[in-house]
Amino acid sequence: MDAIFLQILNGLDKGGAYALIALGLTLAFGTLGIVNFAHGALFMLGAFCAVSIQALLTLSKKVKDESITFFDAYKEQPYLEIWWGDIGTTIIDYAVPISILAAIPLMLLIGLSMERGLIRFFYKRTHAEQILVTFGLAIVIQELIKANFGANPIPTPAPDIVSGSAKIGSALGLSDAIVYPWWRLIYLSFSVVVLAAVFAFLQFTTFGMVVRAGMHDRDMVNLMGIDVERKFTIVFGLAAVVAGLAGVMYAPILPPDYHIGMDFLVLSFVVVVVGGMGSLGGAVAAGFLLGILQSFASMNEVKSIFPGIDQIIIYLVAVIILLVRPRGLMGRKGVMED
Amino acid sequence: MLPKKITDSELSIVLIFSAVVLTMPIWLAPIGAGYPDLLQKFAIFGLFAIGYNILFGMTGYLSFGHAAFLGVGSYAAVWSFKLLTMNVLPAVVFGVLFSGLFAFLIGYVSLRRSGIYFSILTLAFAQMSYNLAYSVLTPITNGETGLQLTNHDPRIIDTMLLDQAPEGLPSTVLFGVKMSGYPGFYFCALILILGFFIALRISRSPFGLVLKGIKSNQTRMKFTGFNTRPYMITAFVISGMYAGLAGSLMAVTDPLAGAERMQWTASGEVVLMTILGGVGTLIGPVLGAGLIKYFENIFSAFNDKALHELFAFLPDGLENFVVTVVSPFVGEGWHLTLGVLFMIIIIFLPGGIIQGMEKINNRFFKRSSSAKSGSNES
Amino acid sequence: MKETNISRRSVLKGTAALGMASTAPMFFVRNAYADGYLNDPGDASSVTLGFNVPQTGAYADEGADELRAYQLAVSHLNGEGDGGMMNTMQPLSLKGNGILGKKVEYVTGDTQTKSDAARASAKRMIEKDGAVMITGGSSSGVAIAVQGLCQEAGVIFMAGLTHSNDTTGKDKRRNGFRHFFNGYMSGAALGPVLEKAYGTERNAYHLTADYTWGWTQEASIKASTENIGWNTQTTVKTPVGAGDFSQYITPVLNSGADTLILNHYGKDMINSLTQAVQFGLRDKSVNGKDFVIIVPLYSRLMAQGAGEAVQGIFGSTNWHWSLQDEGSKAFVKSFGAAYGFPPSQAAHTCYVQTLLYADACERAGTFMPCEVVNALEGHKFDGMGNGPTEYRAEDHQCFKDVLVVQGKENPSSQFDVLEVVEVTPRAQVEYAPDNEFFAGGDLGPCNNGAA
Repeated sequence: MDAIFLQILNGLDKGGAYALIALGLTLAFGTLGIVNFAHGALFMLGAFCAVSIQALLTLSKKVKDESITFFDAYKEQPYLEIWWGDIGTTIIDYAVPISILAAIPLMLLIGLSMERGLIRFFYKRTHAEQILVTFGLAIVIQELIKANFGANPIPTPAPDIVSGSAKIGSALGLSDAIVYPWWRLIYLSFSVVVLAAVFAFLQFTTFGMVVRAGMHDRDMVNLMGIDVERKFTIVFGLAAVVAGLAGVMYAPILPPDYHIGMDFLVLSFVVVVVGGMGSLGGAVAAGFLLGILQSFASMNEVKSIFPGIDQIIIYLVAVIILLVRPRGLMGRKGVMED
Repeated sequence: MLPKKITDSELSIVLIFSAVVLTMPIWLAPIGAGYPDLLQKFAIFGLFAIGYNILFGMTGYLSFGHAAFLGVGSYAAVWSFKLLTMNVLPAVVFGVLFSGLFAFLIGYVSLRRSGIYFSILTLAFAQMSYNLAYSVLTPITNGETGLQLTNHDPRIIDTMLLDQAPEGLPSTVLFGVKMSGYPGFYFCALILILGFFIALRISRSPFGLVLKGIKSNQTRMKFTGFNTRPYMITAFVISGMYAGLAGSLMAVTDPLAGAERMQWTASGEVVLMTILGGVGTLIGPVLGAGLIKYFENIFSAFNDKALHELFAFLPDGLENFVVTVVSPFVGEGWHLTLGVLFMIIIIFLPGGIIQGMEKINNRFFKRSSSAKSGSNES
Repeated sequence: MKETNISRRSVLKGTAALGMASTAPMFFVRNAYADGYLNDPGDASSVTLGFNVPQTGAYADEGADELRAYQLAVSHLNGEGDGGMMNTMQPLSLKGNGILGKKVEYVTGDTQTKSDAARASAKRMIEKDGAVMITGGSSSGVAIAVQGLCQEAGVIFMAGLTHSNDTTGKDKRRNGFRHFFNGYMSGAALGPVLEKAYGTERNAYHLTADYTWGWTQEASIKASTENIGWNTQTTVKTPVGAGDFSQYITPVLNSGADTLILNHYGKDMINSLTQAVQFGLRDKSVNGKDFVIIVPLYSRLMAQGAGEAVQGIFGSTNWHWSLQDEGSKAFVKSFGAAYGFPPSQAAHTCYVQTLLYADACERAGTFMPCEVVNALEGHKFDGMGNGPTEYRAEDHQCFKDVLVVQGKENPSSQFDVLEVVEVTPRAQVEYAPDNEFFAGGDLGPCNNGAA
């Protein structure tokens, strides 16, 4: 029973992350009709926002370690600590949350310039060409990151106060063995908040209304004298911000390296397709569904019956959904269907 | 289905192609690519890309799972070496057969969808194959290490024909000729020429016309009462068999089969090759395959020392400057060059290198471009 | 279009004939070295070695460090720099004038940590650049694949970082040599240290990377921990590159196990360890015992990626820069002077392998692979950082001391991540060549690549 409870919680946690990562992808597709293979790279750039901010905050005075003579080894003390003492230490400790503030404008800028500089020339081209050019862009971005930060993962810990795990079990009157990392719980709530915010934005603002109308019938909205393209540019920026935030918040869970975006790319596509291309609600539902299924497929009891099921569950679900219900869980009828 | 007679133009295309392919060891030597392994890779991946183009180029269906067929072809070939004989012919036949069968199964299911859904389906199947081959199927695939020959392999046919087992690991042979080095290349090259010839015939056959019809407007084809599905499945299986053939040739020239051949990035690579060279053209994919393999093997090997030697003719200060500018793009940075090149091609030359060459041709040789523009077939 | 009466058959015949015609001269070229050995440098003034390391992909940083070590080794062989371990190596036949009086040149290539790419790269070095020896690698799959290729081609392979038992077990080859330690040795070295630190009554839960290296490591560690009385409660295989391991960690929480053993390497190790610590496993206690995590194979480069999560966690390593013997000091000194930071264990094993190969050629008086094999088999040497060492003739595995390390609690610098807890003497990690973990292989005959 405890095991089931833990796997459900874990599935929700994974699902939140999946939904958040896939949201921007489905948003860009639903509005702009763009299949963006550089979406993973945006996620990765978000994670490297956290890495860069942390590096900036921990700029250090280097004190040479005299015991080592063959090369220069330093004991590093960050300037912030030297100048501001404990306050400085606290600021450094909160590097990841601080990065969120920096990531929003930065990712917006990256998203907008990507759309204006490259993506907009591909609206009229085939999906295959969109896939290929964004794939090329993804390679370029990740190689640039690798050239700057190296290939090894870089640790970006969460603030001390939330680095441990919450004793959920004893709080709920279940077994004491049930604990869950604070940061993962925060990630789950964060993704719910962001998802809700994006929904509210599209549902309750005039801007959102125009975008939704544009998703339905772009030409009609254009005819009404509204510059849909400008609106959609902003949507692409929004998608980049969401991807970036997903990346920043993921940094403490998975120490970022240059390849982290590619690792999540296929997964996020599967989430989008299972949910229905262009459907926001679908991406969320599919994210949670896949998260929970993956969590259960990884249990030893399940693996002993179906060896290797945890390796393929994601793809298996995608195949089944595509064959049984090609528009995905919540996709609109007719979108990308035969 | 195929027209019986071979036209003059087809004949000359194949002859020119053969001449160019077979003389590769000579004209590729000055740019550092004239050694057997890379030449073999050119031929093998050229074949892979030609086959891929029969699906993607002719029908417009973007498959992200063709590497799986390449992998199946390799595994089948290596198993043939292990169980039956070191002769390469059975290996090639089994490679093509098994990959064809596998392609039929996957194609039958995946082709129920089109567009990006088709792509994701093929991607999902390929990733499942890769993940399972890497882990659970290790008894068949030998997982991460890859399937290799061992001294204890049964090799039933060989042991029946030979009295004593040779010392050490045997090599792959074609009736006594070892299939490593240059003979291996010529074997692959001949199969490449054959594959090219078949692709040429397919593209000009009624079957090829149907495929092109599907690409330009599948719905219209269906409305005219045409059942496109058998044609699509046939095209898928043919291109899967090409992939399996390429995979078995990889095993012929180097008897090892690894799971990573099946990863989605490997499938992506053949897409890149096809696009880079020119989708829908016959020669383009071969060019693209050659270019990418050249990058992978030659550009990645430039280290700073080699660069300094290369630019030694420049004055010292300039030499250092040039090396500093160039070095991020070669050696460990060869992926970066590939990405940049790729973006440039897609943005400016969606028709790939072939389109680029046509543009140059039109600009400098001022042929009557309107009359020529229809002949982008070779 | 005009149609001619040429049949398909005659076209094929024609192309076949063309093929044969252009093949002919190549056969003569191949026969040219029939009596000697492949890539015999002959009277040339230099000899070429091939350094095959991952330059792209997850192990690119490790590969870059290996390449640095190779370049350092080449300069020392050619008599440049301070000579490094050539001052401490014993016995020593090298004279600092290259190998056998020939200047050492090298070529590099990218393995991409993929068997196919690694073999293609090695073939280029052999076929195009004329390398007489290939060395490198940062994972066992690649090392085994390239070792097989070198055996078939007929050159010597000096393995870089490869830890799987199979490299010198099931998949051993006459032309291949491994200096690095292996999964069995990790287990044998860790056993007594774990017994001392954590007692004899432990309940272990394994998470294992689902491929050959992971399995051999799991089997080795399981055997050695069960030997000290531990119970192996569960073993779970995890997909390579899973990224998020949380779904495998949650079942650990209420499994009743009090020890988690992570048979992961590289990124998998960084991620699973970071996440296990986040799940509070390090602060947990089960049945009155503190929960502990063990990472059997450590690498300092990788440990840096896990940050503070490594503190206090036991593991084993082949070599560490803080060792104080003369050989290690000489190597760290010249590496540090050249690059400004300490070498990794991958750099160390690659450097040593290069010197050992060169020394063997010098002793054999030729680069001929079979003679070099003879010179290396059973060779005993010292002064290269791991105490007295022997290249065992039966399986081409080096037997030497193994280090047990622990993540350092209070690092004094950015490189001070691991602390050497114990230098396990060679005798304790030795095993018979037909040990169950290594059985099934066969060195076979050596191959000169001629004939």
